Amino acid sequence: MQVSMMINGTSVSLDVEPRTLLVHYLRDHAGLTGTNVGCDTSSCGACTVHLDGEAVKSCTVLAVQADDREVTTIEGLADGDVLHPMQQAFHECHALQCGYCTPGMIMAAVSLLDEVPNPTEADVREGLEGNLCRCTGYHNIVKAVLSAAGGDGGAS
Amino acid sequence: MIPAAFDYVRAESAGHALELLAEHGDEAKLLAGGHSLIPLMKFRLAAPAVVLDIGRITELSYVRDAGDHLAIGALTRHRDIEISELVGSQAGLLAAATSKVGDPQVRHRGTIGGALAHGDPASDVPAALLALRATMIVDGPDGQREVSSDDFFTGFLETAVGEQDLLTEIRVPKVPDAGWSFQKFNRRAQDWAIVGAAVLVNGGSCGVGLVNMDSRPVRAAGVESAIAGGADAAAAAASAADGLEPPADLNAGVEYRQHLARVLTRRGLEEAGA
Repeated sequence: MQVSMMINGTSVSLDVEPRTLLVHYLRDHAGLTGTNVGCDTSSCGACTVHLDGEAVKSCTVLAVQADDREVTTIEGLADGDVLHPMQQAFHECHALQCGYCTPGMIMAAVSLLDEVPNPTEADVREGLEGNLCRCTGYHNIVKAVLSAAGGDGGAS
Repeated sequence: MIPAAFDYVRAESAGHALELLAEHGDEAKLLAGGHSLIPLMKFRLAAPAVVLDIGRITELSYVRDAGDHLAIGALTRHRDIEISELVGSQAGLLAAATSKVGDPQVRHRGTIGGALAHGDPASDVPAALLALRATMIVDGPDGQREVSSDDFFTGFLETAVGEQDLLTEIRVPKVPDAGWSFQKFNRRAQDWAIVGAAVLVNGGSCGVGLVNMDSRPVRAAGVESAIAGGADAAAAAASAADGLEPPADLNAGVEYRQHLARVLTRRGLEEAGA
């Protein structure tokens, strides 16, 4: 069936099976491999993208559920060569080690700040509960999200 | 993991969904947010021939003040309930339980009706609705009927929603002055509850719903009658596991779950002001 969506501002229309998961539509059909498949059971959050501006786990969404909707992936965040503030914060705070969880972590963090613009450290830790980092590099991830929010999480 | 192949049909309205259910019968499964069904389909534990997508029926997504109760559309997402001021002020227990479902990504997709119709005893929301004495509205071939939360969960992953039925609304009594507590015990963030307790204290009476303490979401009836009879929290909570048959799995055995039910119920009663 024909499934169409706006991905990172570009209209995409592809003929796929109804059982195609959004993450496979993005990676295998649209060629956007920035979104990773981790656990494949909606636990780890590596596949997090935005659907109509909100973080979702694309391994647990059928592509057809995103039909006629807007999807943003990690490839859609930067403005040309200028990193998105969250990407810049991850860079500056060294918020990644192996990097596998990073695209999902950043997409979840951007969605979190949309909903909680001035989070406390607890807000960030709880808000990212759907994203696992197997390097366990959470400390700098939390630091980066607080930095991107422009605050220190109420530490001072 | 990729689901087995299926035919996809999209319902445009509640009436259309009922027509499609009548047409496809037991070959069809309803898809709302998909956060119970899609994982089952990926594991091939479910392989419906037809997936009937009701996820775009916007007429079934709402929270309304309906006098003595809140009317919540079955397709209202967990996220929308979690942040609803109406739910927070009139049925805070439901908002609290909903905020503990999965993680933010899951709550952006999952719906209250989907979670209820799935009927998972490990799910957070059913326990809160049992404690609150909610009523479910089910539309079917013979019209609309009301099902009390006590009669809704009929067995393991089984509910009063028949193969040609559509759960359309959840009615939750308004209890702005009630004390409440939602206790969820798990080992890691975003895990399912090993055991949970949803407690509502309203004057001299209380409602207690338990998570993962039987093959279906259940009330701790003995605790409720003990409180009504004047028992204090500790004494009442002692009967929290009576008559229940909790599962045993890698996380916990039967006795440990019974222990957790008593402890969490006591904490819940104390926090809710019993």
